[in-house]
Amino acid sequence: MALRTISIYRGDSGGGRFVDFQVDVEEGNVVLDVVLKVQAEQAPDLAVRWNCKAGRCGSCSAEINGHPRLMCMTRMSMFPADRPVYVAPLKTFPLVKDLVTDVSLNYQIAKTIPPFQPRPPDPDGLYRMSQEDVDRVQEFRRCIECFLCQNVCHVIRDHPENKARFYGPRWFVRLAELEMHPLDTADRRQLIREMAGVGFCNVTKCCTEVCPEHIKITDNAIIPLKERVVDLYFDPLRWLADRLKGKRPGAVGAQQ
Amino acid sequence: MAQRQAVAPPHRLGFAATLRRDTWWVEPALVLAALTVFFGYLTVSAFLDNWAFEIGPYLSPVFEPKLHGVYSQWWFSPALLILWGPAGFRLTCYYYRLAYGRSVFMSPPACAVGDLPPRYYGETRFPFILQNVHRYFLYVALVFIPLLWIGAIRGFHDPDEGWGVGLGSFMLVINAALLSLYTFSCHSLRHLVGGGLDCFSCSLYNRTRHRIWSWVSRLNANHRLYAWASLVFIVATDVYIRLVANGHITDPNTWSRF
Repeated sequence: MALRTISIYRGDSGGGRFVDFQVDVEEGNVVLDVVLKVQAEQAPDLAVRWNCKAGRCGSCSAEINGHPRLMCMTRMSMFPADRPVYVAPLKTFPLVKDLVTDVSLNYQIAKTIPPFQPRPPDPDGLYRMSQEDVDRVQEFRRCIECFLCQNVCHVIRDHPENKARFYGPRWFVRLAELEMHPLDTADRRQLIREMAGVGFCNVTKCCTEVCPEHIKITDNAIIPLKERVVDLYFDPLRWLADRLKGKRPGAVGAQQ
Repeated sequence: MAQRQAVAPPHRLGFAATLRRDTWWVEPALVLAALTVFFGYLTVSAFLDNWAFEIGPYLSPVFEPKLHGVYSQWWFSPALLILWGPAGFRLTCYYYRLAYGRSVFMSPPACAVGDLPPRYYGETRFPFILQNVHRYFLYVALVFIPLLWIGAIRGFHDPDEGWGVGLGSFMLVINAALLSLYTFSCHSLRHLVGGGLDCFSCSLYNRTRHRIWSWVSRLNANHRLYAWASLVFIVATDVYIRLVANGHITDPNTWSRF
């Protein structure tokens, strides 16, 4: 057991400051253990959102020494023992209190995404998919909605005015999951360009770097969506080919 | 124009605003230096057509394919007829967008570090909306790949002395191989060969495309590595061939005249 200093941001949208706490840290402790120890022993009014403490619920996102991370998956032993560990709330979302932010923007965005629209089932009433079709979209299902990718994305992190016209990485993962689904028939490319604002992304991959589920957000979701948008809006050859095949670009079921 | 909104403390907006306590600036600084050195050299090299770039079987990859015989009477370097293709391919490449997005435009310079530009429109407006033409530069790059391999094979055949081998021959082969890996690991190619499909198993045609997509995906995982390796090696090959062609160093080879 060793005495460590953890500096936690205390305050609300009106202001606040980092407050140092001395805590006995045991081997194997994660940052969330230490924050909860502070809450239990020294600051019972400390606001912190957490749930599973196992990296599955995505609740305990914070910025630890400036890096967006899950508190429950960040060991204290990662940091030098002789320096304080700084824990701050997420930057991109409005601060409620201490380490808790209001992430409801994400749920508003989620409501605007057209849901799964499956093709008619097979004659026996079943839906069948091959493993190779499912493999690609299963990666996106790993998302735990911790919103670390949303928080680190500079498009909205450093330019809050873009929140109204850019969905953010988590929602591109969701859109990719739907667009690449072998049974889905909807074409969301117009939405991806015009409402979700995929063009704002300059593929600097910070979302991929912070994802605790190691989803290749940029390579496997955002860039493929950008390419699908290029198919529709920036590729006259593709447009002509679709026309010759009798497809109406942008229509439901136009992809394949 | 939308008003800039504030963020709650302890965060703030503005260039380099961050709570990070590590040396986040090292990586963008190194990338900026490397991009400046390598792309700067290639730009200068393209204009240096009076400094020999060819000897025996070796032709600098900056001047490949060989157009200078045809255009030698023109007032500009023949490399300029060639380099627009590879330059456009790299300029619009998804990896290089990351590299110069962070290190040159500093939007952002590093993750969780404040952007330099106060307003940001990404690739929604001119000039960055032109990034969407990446696949057309891919088509050009795909034409260059066989030409580079022809040049690499020609590196084993001296016009006067016939077949042989030298250090330059191997450098041209490695250069062609790295440029092939870089091109075939392209994100746009990955989309075009199969990534645009929703159903990989629906037909023999789609299953074949899925197989190709899987190969390109495996290469694509190392796209950054190939981007840098091919860039460094094209510079190294150009420097080597020029040094040999201008008599500064001797190429170990089986031919007798240089």
